[in-house]
Amino acid sequence: MSTELIIAIIITIAGAATPILLAALGELVVEKSGVLNLGVEGMMLIGAVITVAVTLTTGNHLLAVVCAALAASLSSLIFGVLTLTLSANQVATGLALTILGTGFSALFGQPYTGKDVPLLRSPFPPELATDPIWRVLFGYSPLVYFALIMVVVVWWFLQKTRAGLILRAVGENDLSAHSIGYPVIGIRYLAVAFGGAMAGIAGSCFPLFLTPQWVERLTTGRGWIALALVVFAAWRPFRLLAGAYFFGLMMIFEIYAKTNSAFRVLPSEFWAALPYLATVLVLVLISLRREGSTAAPACLGKPFVATG
Amino acid sequence: MQLRLEKRSQPSQLLRVVTPIAAVLLTMVLGAIVFTLLGYDGVGAVREIFISPLVNSYKWQDLAVKAAPLIIIAVGLAISYRANVWNIGAEGQYIIGAVVGTGVGLATNSMTGWWIMPLMMLAGAAGGAAYAAVPAFLRVRFRVNEILTTLMLTYVSVYVLNYLVFGPWKSPTSMGQPQTVMFSADQSLPYIIPGTIVQLNAPIAIVVALVAWLVFSRFVFGFQIRVVGAAPHAARYGGFSADRTVWLALLISGGLAGFAGVLEAMGPFGRLVPQFPTNYGFTAIIVAFLGRLHPIGVILAGLIVALSFVGGEMAQISIKLPFAAVGIFQAMMLFLLLASDLLVRYRLRVVRPGEVPA
Repeated sequence: MSTELIIAIIITIAGAATPILLAALGELVVEKSGVLNLGVEGMMLIGAVITVAVTLTTGNHLLAVVCAALAASLSSLIFGVLTLTLSANQVATGLALTILGTGFSALFGQPYTGKDVPLLRSPFPPELATDPIWRVLFGYSPLVYFALIMVVVVWWFLQKTRAGLILRAVGENDLSAHSIGYPVIGIRYLAVAFGGAMAGIAGSCFPLFLTPQWVERLTTGRGWIALALVVFAAWRPFRLLAGAYFFGLMMIFEIYAKTNSAFRVLPSEFWAALPYLATVLVLVLISLRREGSTAAPACLGKPFVATG
Repeated sequence: MQLRLEKRSQPSQLLRVVTPIAAVLLTMVLGAIVFTLLGYDGVGAVREIFISPLVNSYKWQDLAVKAAPLIIIAVGLAISYRANVWNIGAEGQYIIGAVVGTGVGLATNSMTGWWIMPLMMLAGAAGGAAYAAVPAFLRVRFRVNEILTTLMLTYVSVYVLNYLVFGPWKSPTSMGQPQTVMFSADQSLPYIIPGTIVQLNAPIAIVVALVAWLVFSRFVFGFQIRVVGAAPHAARYGGFSADRTVWLALLISGGLAGFAGVLEAMGPFGRLVPQFPTNYGFTAIIVAFLGRLHPIGVILAGLIVALSFVGGEMAQISIKLPFAAVGIFQAMMLFLLLASDLLVRYRLRVVRPGEVPA
């Protein structure tokens, strides 16, 4: 394999890993606060379609990403009102959010279907990325770097700040946190809104550098893989990073299987199904490793109703 | 004066029945407003989607066609969700059921006999159950969350279907089209009302729901599912195995989804094509909840959701409303229903200042 090819592969992996990483980081914070939001896929679709619309009408990529984050965050608040204020079932409400996001994005995206979205390229001067070695460092879309920075930010927030400690306390023991005087519901609202924003930015990745056109269900289940990744990473940001890039690797097989004859030993559908199969396999492997106890926040998925 | 929520000692049975109806009515009101704000003819959308199919009697047959698979799948999901087993991959089990049933169909395509049709149906149900057995095994043996595995396998099932219809199962006479051969007369569901498109799957769906109702309300097994779902600890003392409940919930829901899949292949489709996955498996989740996880409720909910599909197709033509709007209406229904759950479990009470809350 030539250096050129290896570098091309690395860049493809990073691209494929980024939306999963972003969405999973958001969901990690949500779950750390004790809430399970299964609406990630729907919120990603909302983010993706808003990105397409804003980019095509204004040409401003940054504005598009901000709008995507806001719209997805707003949609996550519907989930928040239902599960946190009205203590509805989190699993069912999350599913409803995904159904809503799928429907909304299909409706809203219709006028933009098939139009080319201008790519969001590397923020560095192109001279830096002409040499293949430098391209490994400078050749990515800004969102790839943003995702890497957010890994550190989320880790720092959860482990090193007081606010992060409170958030984890709310997820581990909501009753105690409430009795000390922390606003359990308020904190969970903030976490859910953050998770929504991150899912929205994750959705932005698809039109901006992965598949620069709108089609229905553009995110093809990546939001669900992000949910699995949080379990896989045992709710730790840096393991999330490793996991996301592993899934990125699984995903590029499909791309290379189309052009490279070495992959023809198995049908192309197998390579396309590989990330999903790998997800199942990985979930089994981690459950083998972590016998008995789980790393999940103790209050995950349980509604909290303040008494007294 | 302020409002307080007070937990009811018993969930209100009346409200359990009334709230789904209220959720549908509220969806119509809210939907009209939302779609008007989005720049569509909101009132027209609601009229076309929820009313027109009912007043046009020739559309009733479409309702039966669309409701049948939804009801069959949702009955299984209702059983599964009652046991707190979250099978959300019914779409995948539905596809694999159709695939396995079609496999039998292709092997028997040139044969004749009354036995072929039941054999295909059985194969479809077995295929769906086997596909759901994977998450069941992984949950029981390795404690792997079934939400994620059932869903991942749904994506895999689409590739299995594509591989077969683009590859080994492609009909030699299809002129390059990715599709299997047509099922023979002995492999196709008969029409039960002459001159309509209503096939055998419609009455089958009603029978499935009634049988489920009977089993659920009368036998120990139904009791076990409900107890394990509602009170896992008590169930363990009662000697009910949580693992066995997981197996039963997934095998039943998977089997019914697979059964619905093969019926759809033998009925409306008549062959396997890449367009076979139509999200019935996902929509059935809404049907199960809207039907309050009760087989009879599921029949009514299946008809209402089928109504939105048929009406959505009509609105596409009559008022140029994109079909995707139907998904939004369906999501709204589910949201409003879930929100109304609060009223089933809690009572709203006005507390005046100075009064000590009970």
